[in-house]
Amino acid sequence: MDLAVEVENLTKRFGDFVAVNEVSFSVAEGEVFGFLGPNGSGKSTTIRILCGLLSPSSGHARVAGLDVWRDAERIRQRIGYMPQFFSLYDDLTVAENIEFYAGLYQVPPALALARQSELAEVLELGPVLDRLARTLSTGWRQRLALATSILHRPPLLFLDEPTSGVDPLTRRLFWEVIGDLAHEGITVFVTTHVMDEAEHCTRLAMMHYGRLIAEGTPEEMRTEHVQTMVEVQAHPIWPVLQALEKAPEVVEVALFGDAVHAELRCDLNDAEARVERKLQTAGVAYERVVAVTPSMEDVFVSLARRWERPTAAGADR
Amino acid sequence: MSRLRALLRKETRQMRRDPVLLRMMLIAPIMQLFLLGYAATNDVKNVPVALYDADRSTDSRLLAELIGHNHYFHLIATPDDPRALERLLLAGKAQLGVYIPHSFHRDRLRNATPTVGLYADGTDSNTAGVAVAYMLGLLGEQGLRWQLQQARAAGVGTSGVPQLLPEPRVWYNPELKSSHFMVPGVLGMILMTLALNTAALSIVREREGGTLEQLMVTPLLPRELILGKLLPLVVLSYVEMLLVLAVALGWFRVPLEGSVPLLLLMSLMFLVSALGQGLLVSAFARTQQEAQLTSFLLLTPSMLLSGFMFPIQNMPRVIQWLTYAIPFRYYLEIIRGVFLRGAGIEVLWPQTAALTGISLLLIALGVLSFRKHL
Ligand SMILES: Nc1ncnc2c1ncn2[C@@H]1O[C@H](COP(=O)(O)OP(=O)(O)O)[C@@H](O)[C@H]1O
Ligand SMILES: [Mg+2]
Repeated sequence: MDLAVEVENLTKRFGDFVAVNEVSFSVAEGEVFGFLGPNGSGKSTTIRILCGLLSPSSGHARVAGLDVWRDAERIRQRIGYMPQFFSLYDDLTVAENIEFYAGLYQVPPALALARQSELAEVLELGPVLDRLARTLSTGWRQRLALATSILHRPPLLFLDEPTSGVDPLTRRLFWEVIGDLAHEGITVFVTTHVMDEAEHCTRLAMMHYGRLIAEGTPEEMRTEHVQTMVEVQAHPIWPVLQALEKAPEVVEVALFGDAVHAELRCDLNDAEARVERKLQTAGVAYERVVAVTPSMEDVFVSLARRWERPTAAGADR
Repeated sequence: MSRLRALLRKETRQMRRDPVLLRMMLIAPIMQLFLLGYAATNDVKNVPVALYDADRSTDSRLLAELIGHNHYFHLIATPDDPRALERLLLAGKAQLGVYIPHSFHRDRLRNATPTVGLYADGTDSNTAGVAVAYMLGLLGEQGLRWQLQQARAAGVGTSGVPQLLPEPRVWYNPELKSSHFMVPGVLGMILMTLALNTAALSIVREREGGTLEQLMVTPLLPRELILGKLLPLVVLSYVEMLLVLAVALGWFRVPLEGSVPLLLLMSLMFLVSALGQGLLVSAFARTQQEAQLTSFLLLTPSMLLSGFMFPIQNMPRVIQWLTYAIPFRYYLEIIRGVFLRGAGIEVLWPQTAALTGISLLLIALGVLSFRKHL
């Protein structure tokens, strides 16, 4: 399989601040590549470099085999980009925005109209085509932005947090559309800070403070990086949290909804029993202890803490 | 081409929906022309004059009458006390003081040299200088008339008295109306200010608003972007130019003597030079505020060093060289030449060539220096 994106030791500095730190990964054609990480971890910066909008400070990045900085102009027609923040014209209508970008990508007018009605159908934009973008709510603006970025059928699509700030229905629609695009053979590079959206991706990379801390399929992420996850339900929950934080066999404890998720260092069949024993000796009341499959958020919290520890506690490692 | 067309359509649509821009571009310049056309004038008119007449003769009354009827002067007071004359000058109520001594009439008849005291408030040195000159002219002329009369009455012929009565003729602006001199310049300045400011905001507005980010990942070329931003502004400012021109001709009655096609073509070039400067500012500024400050900084030398405010020939040599880099300098020479002197391309070709060259250079610079990244 050909590589749609190749990144080697990519670093981006803003003055003294390192926003992207020696990052390497690659994306194969046809993948839905999820780029995860909390706010400020360097996702948008990486995407902007890949779109030729920012120069890399060091390292290499290639899109379709072309250097993103030197050959930026040759890449333009082959990529679509939906920025994190709405970047279309407030004082143009939805249809006018679409028409404008169709013109810039030199989509022939007849084809542009056909694509517009097709996209209006898929993204349910029909009723708002003649409304000024200014009057739309976030969900609709995001739909318009997505439509604009795929008008010219780019083989590679960059979506920067397409689902941030949108309602659950739009969110689901977006992932359906992303799935359809991938089905047509379009490579999708999508960032999100909502870890559980990662389930929709074929492969993931996780960013934290500008570093890439893990990479793999969602399945690999769950099984390789987190050993054993136990969920404890209790009322009140705080004593459980405190009791487990002190236990030596517990790697991580975190609140998850109204339960506690604890990651353990031992193997699975023993885990529930160990936790129950721990809670009983500490004299803490609980309702239920069950082993669970770790969610992507668990994976991230666990990985992030592991990365933070050496800087936080110095000689710990 | 189709990308440029898409950009042009988008720019025109946005322009049509921007009421502030339209108001600023079409109404503001006319208001400014009215304000500046009247205010920015060096005409010396109605200079307040106070006159102390110690002589109280027919001669002194004649002088007072001549001053009173002259439209350059406004006789505001004829005090009975010479100290009052001084007080009027000190208080700024009068700008010229005329003192006719009590021996005036007698001296004149005795063929002694009659004297008139003339006191000017030099605070505003320009006006004072001009007013004194006008007053000297008026008094001198009357002096000659008296001399001729006396000579004839004495039957000595006219050989004993000076024959020279200079009759100056002013060409090209025969009434020496400074509004005729100022209005074409003001017109150029208004157009330049607006064009530069509007263009300076055009790209940076998209940068600040975030829309440039999406624009720059498209295959749009820098020359298409610059042209797409430039052309609608050229059309808009040209319409504005024609409006302001109509007011200059129709209201201020500035005589338009020279080549109209040259004026129209060079006004276009001048607008392109101002818009080109604005686009350059816009391509490099990070914020709209920065763009506005920069264009203000660019306008200052245009106003001071173009000959708009101060004559270039009075500037130090080094500064004179600098003026060659200022497009407004050439446009001023062209527009004043065409309006007042009736000049055409046969004399104005060096200015025409320079202005065209600078305009094209500015656009080329914008195209070459625009970088498609953040
Ligand atoms: N142009 C810039 N100048 C300085 N710092 C920047 C710039 N762009 C981004 N950063 C910083 O780099 C870090 C990563 O930002 P970003 O890539 O936007 O993160 P993410 O998209 O993951 O939220 C942030 O701390 C941000 O403040
Ligand atoms: Mg971001």
